[in-house]
Amino acid sequence: MTDKTININVPVLARVEGEGALDIRIENDSITDLKLRIFEPPRLFEKFLEGRHYTEVADIVTRICGICPVAYQMSAVYALEQLFGTQITPWINAMRRVYYCGEWIESHALHIHLLALPDFLGFTNAPAMARQFPAEVRRGLKLQGLGNEIIKLFGARSVNPIGVKVGGFHRAPEADVVTALVDKLRAALPDAKALLEWLATLDFPDRSQEFVSVSLQHPSEYPINMLDTTLVSDAGHKLEIDAYEDYFKEHQVPHSTALHSHLEGNPYLVGPLARLNLNFDQLPTEVKETLNNTNISFPSNNPYHNIVARAAEIYFGLLEAVRLLEDYKRPGAAAVEVTPKAGTAYGCTEAPRGTLWHRYEIDDKGIITFAKLVPPTSQNQARIEEDLRLSLEALGLDNDESTLRQHAEQVIRNYDPCISCATHFLDLTITRE
Amino acid sequence: MKIAHDKPTVAIHKFTSCDGCQLAILNLEEALLTLTELVNIQQFAEAGILDGEAEVDIAFIEGSVSTPREMEHVKKIREQSRYLIAMGACATSGGIQALRNMNDGQAWISEIYASPQHIESLATSTPLSDHVRIDLELWGCPVSGKQLTTTIRALLFGVLPVIKHDKVCMECKRSQAVCVMVSRGEPCMGPVTNTGCGALCPQFGRGCYACYGPAENPNPNALTNRFEGLGMTADEISRNFLFINNNAPVFHAIGEKYRDKHQDKIKSRHDD
Repeated sequence: MTDKTININVPVLARVEGEGALDIRIENDSITDLKLRIFEPPRLFEKFLEGRHYTEVADIVTRICGICPVAYQMSAVYALEQLFGTQITPWINAMRRVYYCGEWIESHALHIHLLALPDFLGFTNAPAMARQFPAEVRRGLKLQGLGNEIIKLFGARSVNPIGVKVGGFHRAPEADVVTALVDKLRAALPDAKALLEWLATLDFPDRSQEFVSVSLQHPSEYPINMLDTTLVSDAGHKLEIDAYEDYFKEHQVPHSTALHSHLEGNPYLVGPLARLNLNFDQLPTEVKETLNNTNISFPSNNPYHNIVARAAEIYFGLLEAVRLLEDYKRPGAAAVEVTPKAGTAYGCTEAPRGTLWHRYEIDDKGIITFAKLVPPTSQNQARIEEDLRLSLEALGLDNDESTLRQHAEQVIRNYDPCISCATHFLDLTITRE
Repeated sequence: MKIAHDKPTVAIHKFTSCDGCQLAILNLEEALLTLTELVNIQQFAEAGILDGEAEVDIAFIEGSVSTPREMEHVKKIREQSRYLIAMGACATSGGIQALRNMNDGQAWISEIYASPQHIESLATSTPLSDHVRIDLELWGCPVSGKQLTTTIRALLFGVLPVIKHDKVCMECKRSQAVCVMVSRGEPCMGPVTNTGCGALCPQFGRGCYACYGPAENPNPNALTNRFEGLGMTADEISRNFLFINNNAPVFHAIGEKYRDKHQDKIKSRHDD
């Protein structure tokens, strides 16, 4: 073995949401330093939520992330409603599920086609990939567009949607608009199925690793929103949402001042693969059958199967939206009355990238006095670094620098990190050299 | 500056922001593929295109200036670009995160981060126009895909796009939405807010919260009189102006005025 030192620096991580970088140091064929650096500037959302009225929260937290605004709205409104004792109607709960499916479809389709897939097919970016795979990219953009249409149905626009409030929605969609959309969604089901089948045939390296999956779980449904859910792991955890902070701790690691979230001292995974690993049985028959006909079996401990899990959730999202909208009737009221009360509000829902946990302190006038938000990417960060070490070692550290760099970037993108989300809450450092 | 390309070149940069305005591009669907045929995108990190040093015809910046690095970067982008376009509320007014400007920004950082000395962040979040000359501002939180494609099309024809600056109220009337303030006494920022969103909030039966920034020649005092008439407290009125575009001068002045009123009231209550 030769005596050598390799430094791999990726100054700007492309095809991720937000600004991050990667530094790896390899000395004598072993990784001596590995940092997923985040230099996204903090915006301090938790501070300017303080002093705001509870009715403003849904319009503030959407601004945290352009890609997953629905998730932030949902964790917030469920948290506040639970504290206030607000009983939302089954219609509101079901329509929020549809609204959330829209975001899963939009976010997953965007990630697959514009961010992740070029890695698997050997392109540096999506426009280049589109020249050789025009039909596949068009199909992907069409699915992304349908996800956006579902969000617009309830939120008027797909980025910073305006239709949600504590207690329900500002307006219920008209029945004829819903009928027209259901027809389009139904017509796209074969596209979603074909996408899933196609991605399952990609040549995935076997990077099987031991890791713990975490997600919400519901007694009878694939988990999305909060009502009737508990937080579970495949290491046997089953927790109430307000017990989160007793088990999940953010802590500092020697090689970085970024806070990493650990479950009882260990990294863990949230997001599509974790959800699928824990809740496979609750998927609709069509999705289960399609997955059972592939060469991949779930639960899977190969992180590369995240992209397949995303496609499975697109197919699920379309089926679920069709199921819940099929017999749509416009209700008399789109929201219920809300009376605020003082206390601590806990909320947790399944964002496209995984569990999104919120805690708010509220006074008797309905004013927020404290906010803490734990986004999925800060939870996955320790897992990403662990995966990077294991994957690069499995690939072989004697590979040339560009191979190692390309591989490392692919590993990171596979988690669909959302750095804009993570940064407002993470402790971060900028290495000055 | 010489730019030798068969097609006009475009760069898309991200500063302090949520990525939502860049999504207006990534959400263009079929038009996204058309766009990549019409122009040469030289820089767009989220789409995997990285050539930060390239000189371009049109540069879009999403986000506000909130770090020392961004202060330098915006100057460099200005030098490299024929047209520099501020895209969205963060770039045009400093964004919702400019709320730190009115508070002790450094103290906020210390309250969130255990080791604040590592945070390379300014105490303020400011619009691009505080730092360099901007050729065009696209307001909105977020901007729409239509605002972007209209702008690029106009520039391809060699003209600047015509951007409307009348009030949301006008759009509301044109779309025949029922006025939420007149019919239900619900506070609405429409009378002082730039059009461009399509009057979405009133059409959804709720008041506008001014995400497109101040309209041309607004009369905020008339609106605050109306708000007072509706029984709103000084704190509520102030929060309406100090929101998404809190750092836009017109909104900032009124918001501060009512914030001071609110604080005076608290103080006099304590003095009693």
